[in-house]
Amino acid sequence: MKADPKGVLTGAHYIDGNYAIAEGALAAGCRFFGGYPITPSTEIAERFVQRAPHVGGLFIQMEDEMGSMNAVLGASWGGVKSMTCTSGPGFSLMMENFGLGLMLETPCVLVNVQRGGPSTGLPTLPGQGDMMQARWGSHGDYEVIALAPDSPQEGFDLTIHAFNLSERYRMPVLMMTDECVGHMTEKVVIPSAEGIEVEPRRFTKKPPSEFLPYEVDESLVPYAPIPGEGYRFHVSGLTHDEQGYPVINAEAQDKLVRRLVDKVKKNAADICKYEEKDIDGADVVVLSYGITSRVVQPAVEMAKKKGIKIGQIRLIVVWPFPEERIRELAGSVKGIVVPEINLGQMVLEVERCAAGRCATILVAHAGGGVHDPETIFQAIKEAAK
Amino acid sequence: MGFRHEVRLSGTGGQGLLLIGKVLAEAAAVYDGKNATQSQSYGPEARGGASKSEVIISDEEIDYPKATEIDFLLCLTQESCDKYASDVKPEGTLLVDSTYVSSVPEGNYRVFQFPITQKAKDELGSATVANVVALGMISALTSVVSSESIESAILARVPKGTEDLNLKAYRLGRTLVEEAG
Repeated sequence: MKADPKGVLTGAHYIDGNYAIAEGALAAGCRFFGGYPITPSTEIAERFVQRAPHVGGLFIQMEDEMGSMNAVLGASWGGVKSMTCTSGPGFSLMMENFGLGLMLETPCVLVNVQRGGPSTGLPTLPGQGDMMQARWGSHGDYEVIALAPDSPQEGFDLTIHAFNLSERYRMPVLMMTDECVGHMTEKVVIPSAEGIEVEPRRFTKKPPSEFLPYEVDESLVPYAPIPGEGYRFHVSGLTHDEQGYPVINAEAQDKLVRRLVDKVKKNAADICKYEEKDIDGADVVVLSYGITSRVVQPAVEMAKKKGIKIGQIRLIVVWPFPEERIRELAGSVKGIVVPEINLGQMVLEVERCAAGRCATILVAHAGGGVHDPETIFQAIKEAAK
Repeated sequence: MGFRHEVRLSGTGGQGLLLIGKVLAEAAAVYDGKNATQSQSYGPEARGGASKSEVIISDEEIDYPKATEIDFLLCLTQESCDKYASDVKPEGTLLVDSTYVSSVPEGNYRVFQFPITQKAKDELGSATVANVVALGMISALTSVVSSESIESAILARVPKGTEDLNLKAYRLGRTLVEEAG
């Protein structure tokens, strides 16, 4: 369906990545924000607060990040598209209830504007050190969906996409941005509401008497009860059956957890999103995401001048990881160079998929800034040998 | 190679460097139709601590968002001047607030020294608009962004009720440069 024009601020704006994310959420139909402020994510909440009264939205500042995440889950079960944002220690605090959201199959969006860690680390400076926490930070087995914008414009566009994926697969979706993109101001063009496709809640078509909250068809994604229409449901973080009632045994666990994982894994082709440049005939490929994909450009230009056949792959959706594509690439290139603002996280996935068939070279940065393109260029030269 | 103009505005937290960076970039991007990226770096303090705002203006798409070969550097503190003067590219421009900056490192760049904060206090009765006085000087010393666009961007960005004061501050900055010849 088309976006509700009420939330769409059509026009050209000069705003930062955080404001753009708030605008994307409003355009996607988000009308509830359960927030707890933390640098460098607070502008997302700030913008939502300014705009919410004009679009029939609601913001509650909760007592902490655990409360925020839970308020978001509750609002979503009330039938409202919901979100929160955080950074650093707040992301750690949200991990438990992020897992609850995955278990309850609750659509919502959680934005992490990454700063340097661990602990309180570098509150005002960038990092990409939460990429593995995004994948594994909550306990138990599950799959996640995470997106990484590289500009304010993409912050807007991908937030809409994140809400759409969260409705399609009935799960919390992560926006893994960073301080650089969050606090970078650029032109953001917001299209008209007719130009924005939003996915509505997958409500059940069954009458209340026949409805089971966790019954699934071949899509593996359950249908939601329609709030206020007499549908009864029970949700629990305990392992549950189709009725939503706890069933504490290995069979129920196997059935539920495998389905939670399969609904993402079997749809990886639909979810994965990446952008490629000059891949055909490349000897070296640079894999990047978020702000780092812009920082690599001067390094790629230097490599081209040296006559190195260099290609690029930019992850737009970072989780699920595009395993198949990286396996293919590993068979045809000498090396894959992975610059990231951490000491080696997504590079582990690249290594796993490459499985020794090509070199994988990490260009690490501990956080607090972006790479000097020269360091990336040196790694490209090394890989091209 | 397309045109790429790099500006760094540096000083301490609370001096309004982020605001004038956004005004300059918005003037270039929205009113002049160029590409402009504004980014920033500051500490956790509400006031104090090093603060900088960077603006890249180009007629091409901007990939690398940070300033490395600076065309124009503004320093409102001695500390920022000592730290960043060497990043100015040959024949670039360095503007310092002599209210706070007493020694300027030697280098192959044009140096302009004005008591920016003092002038804001004396002529406008407010040190808080020193940032906008500086913006007026930047506008007069470079012609990358049109002055009309900067005035429009000031009016769009500053708090309601302060438009007149900020426009006065901006024009004072331009006049001080023009009078100095």
